[in-house]
Parts: sequence; C-alpha cells; structure tokens
Amino acid sequence: MLLFLEQILNGLQFGVMLFLLAAGLTLVFGIMGLINLAHGSLYMIGAFVCASILSLTGSFALGVLGGLAGAALVGLAIEGTILRRLYARGHLDQVLATFGLILFFNEAVRIGWGPRPLFIDVPAALTGTVELVPGAPYPVYRLAIIAAGLAVAAFLWWLVQRTRLGMLIRAGAADREMLAALGVDSRRLYAGVFALGALLAGLAGALAGPLLAVQVGMGENILILTFVVIVIGGIGSIRGAVAGALLVGLVDTLGRAYLPTVLRLVADPATADGVGRALASMLIYLLMAAVLVWRPTGLFPAHGQ
Amino acid sequence: MASSGPARPFVSLRRATPLAGLALLLAVPPFAHAIGDAYLVNILTRGVILALAAVSLDLILGYGGLVSFGHAAFVGAGAYTVGILAFHARAGSTVFDGLHGTQAALAAWPAAIVVAALLALVIGALSLRTRGLYFIMITLAFGQMVYFLFTSLERYGGDDGLILWQRSAWPLGDPADGTQFYYVCVALLLVFVVFLRRTVDARFGRVLRGAAENERRMRALGFPVYRYRLAAFVIAGAGAGLAGALLANQDTFVSPELLGWRQSGELMVMVILGGVGTLYGPVLGALGLVLLEEVLSGWTQHWMIILGPVLIVVVLFARRGLAGWLLPGSGRGDD
Repeated sequence: MLLFLEQILNGLQFGVMLFLLAAGLTLVFGIMGLINLAHGSLYMIGAFVCASILSLTGSFALGVLGGLAGAALVGLAIEGTILRRLYARGHLDQVLATFGLILFFNEAVRIGWGPRPLFIDVPAALTGTVELVPGAPYPVYRLAIIAAGLAVAAFLWWLVQRTRLGMLIRAGAADREMLAALGVDSRRLYAGVFALGALLAGLAGALAGPLLAVQVGMGENILILTFVVIVIGGIGSIRGAVAGALLVGLVDTLGRAYLPTVLRLVADPATADGVGRALASMLIYLLMAAVLVWRPTGLFPAHGQ
Repeated sequence: MASSGPARPFVSLRRATPLAGLALLLAVPPFAHAIGDAYLVNILTRGVILALAAVSLDLILGYGGLVSFGHAAFVGAGAYTVGILAFHARAGSTVFDGLHGTQAALAAWPAAIVVAALLALVIGALSLRTRGLYFIMITLAFGQMVYFLFTSLERYGGDDGLILWQRSAWPLGDPADGTQFYYVCVALLLVFVVFLRRTVDARFGRVLRGAAENERRMRALGFPVYRYRLAAFVIAGAGAGLAGALLANQDTFVSPELLGWRQSGELMVMVILGGVGTLYGPVLGALGLVLLEEVLSGWTQHWMIILGPVLIVVVLFARRGLAGWLLPGSGRGDD
C-alpha cells in the first residue's frame, strides 16, 4: 500500500513534467496553429544551460533561472526568424521545418557540450526524504517538482482566465482572424505566447536535470509523450493539458510498476514479465488510441477547432 | 494538383525526364565499375530502396493529403518479417506452430508485404477516424507503439536488432552480388511507381485528391471517403513493407531503429525535398537525401547541423521541391 502511494506520487511528478511541456505546445497550437516539433529542443536547451550555470556558480536556483532565460531567448529567436513564417502554412511544412530545427539543435548542443551526458546533483536544500505518511519516505526534490508544477498550473489558470493577456489568448484560440481584425497586435501576442511556452519547456528541462541524464536527444522522447498528452486532452486546451498530463503520467508509471505483477496472475512469471514490460511501454499509446476512437478531438476539445 | 491548362507545352519533357532518370539509374553499376567505386552501388541501392518507401508515402501524403508520421512502422514491419523468417529458417524452428521460417525471397518478400499491409489496415482503420493534427499525432503514436513492441521482443534481439546471415535467395542469380541486387531493387521501384502512376491517374486517385481538397464535397457526391483513404493507406503500407524487406536484405540486419520516429521523419523529408504529390519527386528526394548525407558526412561528423537548415530553407523558399525544377507543371500547382 505504501509502495502504491509512492508510485502514485511518481506518476504525479512525471505528469507535472509533461504538463510543463504540454502547456506551451498546446497554447502555440491553439493560438498560432503551429505544430512545433522543436519544443523538445527548448527543453533540452533549458537542461543544458542549467547544468552549465550550476557547474560555474554552484547555485541550482541560478541554473534554473538561466535555463528559463536560455530557452525563452532561443524560443524568441526561432519564432522571429523561422516559425513566424510557418503560421499560415500547412502542417506538413511545419513538421518538416521544425524537424530541421531538431537536427540543428541536437548537433549544435553536441558540438557545444560534447557527446557525453551530464549529471546534476539534487540541490542541497532539497535532498533527503520526507514522510508524508508514517513509514513512507519520499524524496523532497520530487515533491518540490510536483509543487512547482501545480503552482505553474495555477498561474496559467489565473493568467488565462483573469488577465487581459489571457483574454487575448482565449480570443486568439477561438478566432485568430477576428482578433487581428479588431486591431490586436498579433505579432507581439504570438511572440509572447511562444516565449511563455519556451520558458515552461526550459523550466521542465532544468527541473528534470537532477532526475535524468542531461543529454542530446533527451527532448525527443518526452516530446512524443507530450504529443500524446495534448492529443488525449484536446489540442489547444490548458485544462485538457492538465488532465492529459496527469492521466499519462499515472498510467505510464503505474503500468510499468504493476503490469508484470498483474499478468503473473494469469501467466507464468517469465511470460508475464516479458509481455508486461512490452505492454507497459505501449500502454499510453493504447490509451491514446482508445481516447481518439471514443472522442476524436480529445477529452476537452478547445473551442474554435 | 497538376495544372491542366489548355496548352501543355511540357508534356514531352514530363515524360522524358523520368525516362532519362531511369536510364541514369540503370547506368550506375557499369559506371561505378568503370571508376572502380563499388561503394557507389551500395549507396544508391539504399537510395533506391528508400525511394520505394518515400513513393509509397507520397500516395497518402501527396495525393491523400494525409500527413502520416508513422510510415517507418511499415518499413520496419516488412524488414522484421524477412528477418524473423530468416532467423527461424536458420534455427530450424517455427515462428509459431505450423509456420516455418524461410530464406526464399519469393516467400519472405510477399510475406513482408502482407504483414505490413495488415498492420496498415489496423493502424489506418483507427487513425483515419481523426483529422489534421490529430492524424499526424496518432500515426506518430502508433509508430512509436510498434517501435516499442519490437524493442521488447527479446527473442529477436530486442534493442540490439537481428542479424540476417545472408540475403534472401532468389531462383536465378546470386543474391550476394550487389549489382544484381541493385537491379532487382530498381526493377521493383519501377514496377511500383508505374502501378502508383496508374492508380493516381485512375478514378481512385481522383477521388483521393478530391477528398484531400474538399472532403465534404466528395462525401456529398456519395463517395465513401473513409474507405478510399483506408485503401490508399494499405497500399502505401504494402509498398513500405516491400521497401523494408529490401532494406533488411541490403543491410543483412534489422533493428528497431528502422521503425523510429526519426526514420518516419526522414521519409517525409524525402517526399517534400523531391516534391509532394508527384511520385517522381520522392524518388529524386530519396536519392538526393542519401547522396547529400553521404557527401556531408564525408566533410564533417556534424553534418546534421548543415542538413537541418537546408531543410528549413527548402520548406520556406523552395516549396515545390526538386521535381518542381526538373518536371515543370508537376507538383503542388496551387501554391
């Protein structure tokens, strides 16, 4: 039971990371109609910048800030030079151009930081474990990530629902042309939204540093999971991104932890382990297929799609 | 769509250019032999095989307007079919009860086509319920699913892949001979391109294109759009499966990398580099990309830092691809 609680928390923590990436991706698609494969590159840049600043200054907080800034600046640069020209294009052109960006950034990072993965220690203030319920120690750092993710979700909710900028974002998601016709400076709005998404991707990358190896290509694996999240949640919807991220995080984590055990009830151990592992790695894709067959536009379809 | 103005001054050119291309392809082995560079045949064999896969993708992507991001799954399924059958033939075991392995090309290659087509039938039947971005992502997700399936098949090498100890055997000639294998690949590519050319020029292709332009209109006219698209998806999957069978033979090695999303991305790159919706274009795109990678990787190990921006420039500024320059009047005339 205590182990189960731990797995639930692990699933939540993974879901929160996915949410940080999915929020930006889903906003950019909802408002600009852009499918950005290079979103994972911004995550990678956030992680690498954070690792470098940490090793220079010894401060994880500065590293995270640097990761945020680095991802946001690179995001602004590619938005202003390349992606802006793709908003009115078809999905195929967007996929191809941003695929080109992935190749470029992966190689640039490999040249800049070398091919070997970097490892970051958990910051001293957040090491150790805490007992949420007696007898179930849980790492403080992972709890901190969950808290940070929930804070970001609350901030985004406030931003989108309660501010003037959020009103423009919602209006843009509903009808871009009308928004532009009403005299809103869409260039600045788009750049701002893109930078916000890049910032969140950078945050996810920086926070992931102490949990995973910081390496070239780290962005792509999680990017595909992020796609699964926003497709399940409904493209363009923040609420959908929250729901999809938590669902995917929990299903993936619990599937990997318990599927082999569950299958042992009906099959011999060797088969159960083999099939269980295979099935666990395919589980979220099956979930996505099931959701799309049931609801072809996701759980919380955004308006105007 | 091909422009169909009253005067088509380039008709003869449009016919002549593909024929000239074919002649060039056929002339490669003697040329390579003359300059003593056998490796060239090797590279171009790979290019021709990937061209087969890219052309099959062009049917759904270019003519059907369906951006499928999981096409490598079908290539991989075909490759693994050949690999697994060869594995069991060598071990003298059965895949499952009653199904023995085989090294014979005439058995294994059709099996690869059938397996890939069946996989395409299942994936297509589910994916085609969605539209636009959802379709891109669900095909991507299915591709990843098949990828993870093969990485978990420990019996067939898992992550490390599966070595084929020799090429499939065919009735006449020597499969180990690179030149013969090259001509077999070129012949299969030719047959497939001619088949697809006839398919897209026939009513089937017109319905497919019509649905890409305006799905509601085609439905209103009474066409079962879903079934047409599914049929196209299955044909494309079958072609990719054949390409996979050839690729397994070319490398005498199959691994899950063949099915990864990056491979799917590269196939799309070939189609768009060559020219979407032209059939000849993706052939040029595949050969072009394989040669470009070869040249760039000769200059620097960091060649992707050049290839990435090249792709972006092509997307932004050269939207009709290589076919747009070489085959005037073809490709996306509506751009």
